[in-house]
Amino acid sequence: MSNLRFTEHALSEWMRGSGQDSDIVISTRVRVARNLQHLPFPLLATNQQSGEVLERLTKVIEDEQLLNDFGVLHVIPLNEINDLDKQVLVEKHLISPNLASESRNGAVVLTDDESVSIMINEEDHLRIQCLYPGFQVHEAWERASALDDIFESRVDYAFDDKRGYLTSCPTNVGTGLRASVMMHLPALVMTQQINRILSAVSQVGLTVRGIYGEGSEALGNLFQISNQITLGQTEAEIIENLHSVVLQIIEHEKNARERLLNESKIRITDRVMRSYGILSYAAVMDSKEAAQRLSDVRLGVDLGILEGPPSSVMNELNVKTQPGFLQKTFGENMNPSERDVYRAKLIRETLGHTCS
Amino acid sequence: MLCQECGKRPATLHFTKIVNGEKTEFHFCEFCAREKGELIPGTSNGFSIHSLLSGLLDLDPSGKGQTPGAISAQSLRCEECGMTYSQFSKVGRFGCSSCYNYFSDRLDPLFKRVHGNTAHIGKVPKRSGGRIKLKRRLDELKKELQYRIVREEFEAAAEIRDQIRELEKNMAQG
Ligand SMILES: [Zn+2]
Ligand SMILES: [Zn+2]
Repeated sequence: MSNLRFTEHALSEWMRGSGQDSDIVISTRVRVARNLQHLPFPLLATNQQSGEVLERLTKVIEDEQLLNDFGVLHVIPLNEINDLDKQVLVEKHLISPNLASESRNGAVVLTDDESVSIMINEEDHLRIQCLYPGFQVHEAWERASALDDIFESRVDYAFDDKRGYLTSCPTNVGTGLRASVMMHLPALVMTQQINRILSAVSQVGLTVRGIYGEGSEALGNLFQISNQITLGQTEAEIIENLHSVVLQIIEHEKNARERLLNESKIRITDRVMRSYGILSYAAVMDSKEAAQRLSDVRLGVDLGILEGPPSSVMNELNVKTQPGFLQKTFGENMNPSERDVYRAKLIRETLGHTCS
Repeated sequence: MLCQECGKRPATLHFTKIVNGEKTEFHFCEFCAREKGELIPGTSNGFSIHSLLSGLLDLDPSGKGQTPGAISAQSLRCEECGMTYSQFSKVGRFGCSSCYNYFSDRLDPLFKRVHGNTAHIGKVPKRSGGRIKLKRRLDELKKELQYRIVREEFEAAAEIRDQIRELEKNMAQG
């Protein structure tokens, strides 16, 4: 499988920049973790056992009803694709780093538009993920739950009356549900309100982390907000809690943006235009600088300081400028400084076509 | 290549370390790597959560297991997959779904700290979930009812009949 269509292009459904509040919420992801009865979790499974898991789950996917409701599903065994393709799938958020590097008899199942990604033999036997553009937690949960129903009608899940869906990690037990949104919060970062808001968020059972970069240093002002609690709340409560907290963060970010425009328009304009200028002409661009400057340009477009590019192009650029994707586009085995040159080239060409 | 530690599962983690001035190669499966505390590349976030968890798990909630007759945490073992409680507390992951039963007594404090709760109130699988267990219990009760009636133990039989009615009511609602 050398011509894997899913790694030939960057654009995924979740990057389309459509959906509610897509200027602040870039994408929504909901995943449910499930395991089959009477088989050890992937961590302890023998090759034969994880092979059996793969076979039983693949059989469900080949089922007709599933095809009718969800379109064509492509089963991609991880051992049939090369490391670079795995890396690109990770960069597109379609598989986890863990599935790419650790899984045995691992596979990912994707729909044509990549809005459904089912991981087999990750930390749990089955992880159903729905990835939507913008702020669509309810929609994403409903679709993931519908897929879950189909699997449940064909295989026996490990389920306990008291503990709910049993998962390998104690942090997922109960509903097995993790709902998360990716938010672009540059104004809250610039006005130094972000830490206050993030610590408030963690008080209400949610966690926050940067999308790129380690720890609290969020590259490109992109944050992922997700539920921490999976046991003792219904799925509806979890989704609603995330929904209402994210609505409040959106409100704070909007206010901060308005304040920036009112109180320091010339400075914010300068910052946006400088970043735009540098992205348009620079010959070398490391990933850290790219993330920060792309965030500035995105903010500039949202605030009406700069025309175009649309947010789908910005989302795509975030993925296209990752190391794996650069190598996929311009040739394998680049060293980091060569990547910086090609990253700059790619950004120059993209912005040149879409900005005015 | 099989894991050099357990010799059972294929090794997915390969690395070289300098031990006593000599380069030594290691080949572990994920489980053994976690148990030995080796960092797993590409899972930095997950790993820190697990180390944090294992910190929680090490806490003995019952004091020092002084209660007479109490089973010490160290001797708990899942008969299904073989994982011991002390392995679980190092690895931060269950080995199979039966671990939840074998470690049950120890899990309430853990879940309370992680989730603030100990019991699931969400979705239930229609086919293999709660209904199956309720139905099994119902069948048992019906058999016992017959048994009591045959032996003319009518007081016990009445009690069982009440339990059956209660269960049937629950099932009709659920
Ligand atoms: Zn091993
Ligand atoms: Zn077990």
